[in-house]
Parts: sequence; C-alpha cells; structure tokens
Amino acid sequence: MERHFDQELDLLNKEILKMGVLAEDAIFKSIEALKNRDKKIAETVIGDDVKIDNLELEIDEKCVDLIARYQPVAKDLRFITTGMKINAELERIADIAVDIAQRVLELLDKPLLKPLVDIPKLTTIAQKMVKDAVDAFIRGDCDLAKLVLKTEPEADNLRDLIQSELVNDYMSKDGNSVPRAVQLFLITRFLERACDHATNIAEDVIYMVRAEIVKHHPEKL
Amino acid sequence: MGKITTKNLNLWYGAFQAIKNINSTFAEKNITAIIGPSGCGKSTLLRVFNRMNDLIDGVRMTGEVLFDKENILEEAADLVVLRKKIGMVFQRPNPFPLSVYENIVFGQRIHADINKRSVLDEIVENSLKSVLLWDELKDKLKQSALRLSLEQKQRLCIARLIAVKPDVLLMDEPCSTLDPQATARVEELMRELKNNYTIIIVTHNMQQAARVSDDTGFMLLGELIEFGKTERLFTTPQDKRTEDYITGRYG
Repeated sequence: MERHFDQELDLLNKEILKMGVLAEDAIFKSIEALKNRDKKIAETVIGDDVKIDNLELEIDEKCVDLIARYQPVAKDLRFITTGMKINAELERIADIAVDIAQRVLELLDKPLLKPLVDIPKLTTIAQKMVKDAVDAFIRGDCDLAKLVLKTEPEADNLRDLIQSELVNDYMSKDGNSVPRAVQLFLITRFLERACDHATNIAEDVIYMVRAEIVKHHPEKL
Repeated sequence: MGKITTKNLNLWYGAFQAIKNINSTFAEKNITAIIGPSGCGKSTLLRVFNRMNDLIDGVRMTGEVLFDKENILEEAADLVVLRKKIGMVFQRPNPFPLSVYENIVFGQRIHADINKRSVLDEIVENSLKSVLLWDELKDKLKQSALRLSLEQKQRLCIARLIAVKPDVLLMDEPCSTLDPQATARVEELMRELKNNYTIIIVTHNMQQAARVSDDTGFMLLGELIEFGKTERLFTTPQDKRTEDYITGRYG
C-alpha cells in the first residue's frame, strides 16, 4: 500500500534537489564572475541568495511539519533529519558563493594578478562534489557518497598548491600584489569550504541509507 | 470555502452545557479533525451537524449551524434530507443484518424509491469502488455483511453512505476498533474521499488527526479553544491549553 506520507517525502526530496541545484549554480556563477570579471553576474549571485535563504526556511518548516504530523521512525526519520542537515549545508554553500562574489567585486577595478587556471579547476571539483553529494541523497546512493568523500583530498591538495603559489610567487616577492593575492587566497579557501560541506552531506547520506556513522570515523569507510 | 459554519453555537443536556459558544468554519472538500479529551463535547458537536442530538431528551441548542448557507437548526429543517446530505460513520461499524448488496441499496430504496435492478447494480459497484472494496467483495455481494472483517464492515458503512450521494461525511472515531494496518488503509481511503466529500472526524488519536486532516480544532470543556491548519496547530499552537494537551501534559 502506498502511503500518503511517501508522497510528502517525495515532495521534500524534490525541494532539497532544487536547493542543491541553486547552491551548485551559485558557486558556478560566482567563479564565472571572477573569470569574466563580470560585475553583473557577481551581483546576481549576491541578490539571488535571498531566494535560497527562503527555500531553506521552507524546507526546514516542511521537515518540522512532517515530524509533527507523522511521527516518523527508522529510515523515514533518518531521511527527514538528514534532509534538515543537508538543507543547512546547502544554504552555507550558497553563502560561500556570496562570499566569493563579494571578493570578485573587490577585484574588479584591479588588473588580474595571474591567469586563472587552478581556481577554475578547484571550482569544477567543488561543483561536482556538491552535485554528487545531492544526487547521492536524492537516490540514497552510498557508493556515490563515498566517491564524494574520496575526492576531498584532491580539493585539499589543490587548495594547498594554489595558496602556496600565491604566497611564494606573489605575496613574498611583490608587496603590491598582496591585496589581490589575499582575495584569491580567500576565494580558494571558500571553494575548499564548499567541498567540506559536500563531504558533510555525503557522510549524512551514508548515515541515512545504512544507519552507519562515518562522520569523524574515516576508518569505517 | 466553508461548507458548514457555526455561529454562537451552544448546546445543553438539561442543565449541563456541553457546547459553549462555538464559532467555526469547516472547509469544503477538506478533512477537519476535532480533538480533545473525553467529555469535551467533540462528539456532541459532530452530532449537531446532522441533528442526531435531537434523539436525546432534554437537549436544547441556540445559535446557528449553516450548511450551504441554510440554518439546519431551524424547526422547519427536513431531517431526513439533512441526514442524507450529512451522513455519519460510527465508532463501531454497524452494518445491517442483510447482505452486502442490500446494505448499500438500503438508502436508495428509502430515499429515492429506486428498485430497478440495473440502476441498483451500478450504485453498488460504484459505491464499493469508492471505498476500494469492489475487488474484494464483487463475488460476495449476497454474503451477509455481518461476516465481513471489522475493516471491511467500516468500509461498507462508508459505501452505504456514499450510495445516497451525501455532501458531508461525519466520522466519530471511525478507526478506534481497527488494527494499525486497517487504520492506515481507512486513512488512505479518507484522503481519496476528500476529493469529493467534506469530512469531519472526531478522534481521540491525536496522531491520526495530525496525519490525516487539513484543519484541526481542539476542544476543552465544551469550548473550541483553537482551530486552524493542522500543521500549524501541531507545530506552533497558539494557546497553552492546546500545547499542554497535544504534548500529553493535560487530559
């Protein structure tokens, strides 16, 4: 027998997917703004954040309603509580996109410090991690969640590489480059933080599907 | 849109006031649940809507109950027509000691004086399909309704109401004698039925009210303390008495 509750859970799933698409798109656009030195795109990312904030509140409210009305247990309960946590992670990812867009606006009236190669690479990794983490949640796919977790060191390594290049090749050699290098340094850190949020989502997905806690227990992977 | 609206509704059993100044609107094609502790007046309120309390000696009512804008408390109200339009399902299923078929056509024979076999056959089929019993019972139509399971009996009683094409279904603890699986199936049926009917359910089971209804009213000592969207009432009740009751601190 199909439960009415299943239709409600399906709607929640779709709302979280929408939140994931918006967060992922915000990160992509913020780096497009950086690459193309496009003020309009940066402002759009900042302006659109309110839509993501509102959706976050809607999803939270929906989750609380479902708990109050259906008293879910077992996998239904894990799905809803995980959904709430993922919702918060996605909202943070969207805030990171805003942070990046604000740095882009700071950089617009200054010449580009260096050709952007590794930051777009890190963006691609971050975007894919976020997309895969959300897909893993939507499909309840533990293998995909594990893939996200395995990708994280790649993001960390790339962040270290970019930041050490900025320090060693620019900041320490040319004091005038520091204001621009700091902005790129921060953007790199923000992107890596987005990857961390994707990792959190992936860990939550494994808990949701297998009722197994891998957060803070990497040996369980 | 309101299907039933009460205005300053009061009811006394002799000197005891069971309903105190209730003003509320029951939306059309919605499920409205009325919750509250035993003796709070919720079943009495339900019975006001098809004047079932009239059968009790010493009952007195004031105020108005508008059903499609007509006051059903008027002396002139035709109670047979009223109870056809506003049917009731009781706590214990109460099929007549007749066949499944005759249970469903009973109302037709009384209200519409329909006796043509093909017409009745169609009514039986449609009514049983509405309560998702047709596949189970289509080959057992001549069987006594008393031999059905409790859940089937309750569904049959709902089908018997539907056969006379009511507008409103009143349900007084319709699942209290059913096991959890049968309860879940009847709840799913209620969701199906609300596409065509206005449903008002009285229940002790708060979880059921939370799961199944669109609107919920909380009654206490004859008063309607709070009435509103179910999700709101169960997450952010406005009255402390509602909060205390739904969190199990009262009643």
